[in-house]
Amino acid sequence: MNKTKTLSKSHIWSWLEEVIDPEIPVLNVVEMGIVRDVHYEGDTVVVKITPTYSGCPAMNAIEMEIHKKLKEKGVENFKVLTDFKESWTTDWMTAHARKKLKEYGIAPPEDTEESDDFLTELKGSQKVVPCPYCDSMDTVLQSEFGSTACKSLYYCKGCEQPFEHFKCI
Amino acid sequence: MSTFDTIPNTNQDALVEVLLRLADDRLIHGQRLSEWTGHGPELEEDLALANVALDMIGHAASLYGYAAELEGKEDEDYYAYFRDDIDFKNIALVELPRGDFAFTIARQFLFSTFSYFLYTGLIKKVEDEQFRGMLQKHLKEIKYHLRHSREWVLRLGDGTEESHEKIQEAIDEIWMYTGELFDLDDADEAAIKHNHFIDVTSLKPEWKKIVAETLEEATIEMPDDDQYMFSGSRQGRHTEHLGPLLAQMQFLRRSHPEAEWK
Repeated sequence: MNKTKTLSKSHIWSWLEEVIDPEIPVLNVVEMGIVRDVHYEGDTVVVKITPTYSGCPAMNAIEMEIHKKLKEKGVENFKVLTDFKESWTTDWMTAHARKKLKEYGIAPPEDTEESDDFLTELKGSQKVVPCPYCDSMDTVLQSEFGSTACKSLYYCKGCEQPFEHFKCI
Repeated sequence: MSTFDTIPNTNQDALVEVLLRLADDRLIHGQRLSEWTGHGPELEEDLALANVALDMIGHAASLYGYAAELEGKEDEDYYAYFRDDIDFKNIALVELPRGDFAFTIARQFLFSTFSYFLYTGLIKKVEDEQFRGMLQKHLKEIKYHLRHSREWVLRLGDGTEESHEKIQEAIDEIWMYTGELFDLDDADEAAIKHNHFIDVTSLKPEWKKIVAETLEEATIEMPDDDQYMFSGSRQGRHTEHLGPLLAQMQFLRRSHPEAEWK
């Protein structure tokens, strides 16, 4: 029992970095910005996570993976809480994570701009997403929704490849 | 709270009632949309409708989860699986059978436009941190739903003769169920007092403006508001369509209430 207490928070963070996002297997849950906080409540390690998308079916799997990892590392007292107070944004993804996404063939999210005027934007044109393979700007949106909740589908006219874009939220 | 209880008067009861009403709309809508999975007109739309369904059910799960925490229930499943049709407070619009693709899109557009204004208004008013956090999260996703459905309204309306006819019919058919979006009852009034809700009647002009502009661009005629409008769902008086939907959604869980996914 006392063993838990002696673990530093940075140990916990580094172990959490070993937990991989099941739907984007090049990123871990810390880089994704899913793990928001690690702290102690007495002897108990509390890990706070927040979902990327509300209905993201990977969240349960991620929670289970965190459980598995902490048990594997010998942490005995811990709990994983889901927190909704802050809403996840792609801005929390590290630059390194974005680079890895691109190398994996997913166009990374750009920084979100808090647009006050969504309704005007609604009628305007879509922003350009460069192709992650050939960097061509000659791409077209095929669907706002892709194989997972967090991605949309694009097609690159430059290299004639379909690709996915990590949506900015 | 069930249907025939008195108006919620404590702060918590008022909040729970708002959470359940919002969640019921989203769960039932999500269940209807999920019926498209594997049946979409093309792969991209199959994925899109399944994604929107997932978002809707995700929104419902977080809202129910918070209500469960406040009411001391075990989890969100209680509200989804163990209440009867009369306890559900969703509006009729979301429980109507999915119809064809045009009908599904028309409903999505009208509902998402409303949700956009409702959530934008709520975020400004709501003081409860946890609730506001959820609203902010959901709104980001609602914007995607609105953009997606609006574009399809345009494409269908301004498309072929057949697609035009279908989307026009869908809008005409749905219109009598849009009145409920702006109904305000005693439970809403109580929630407004506690800063958990806003006066939805005030959202109508903005909603109508976006709808009118979109329909005009899509060459669809806007139906007349001066017609019979369905109401009463928020008090548990539903159409005949909700019962069968719930039966399908709930039967497995009710048959095996203790079962767990392994």
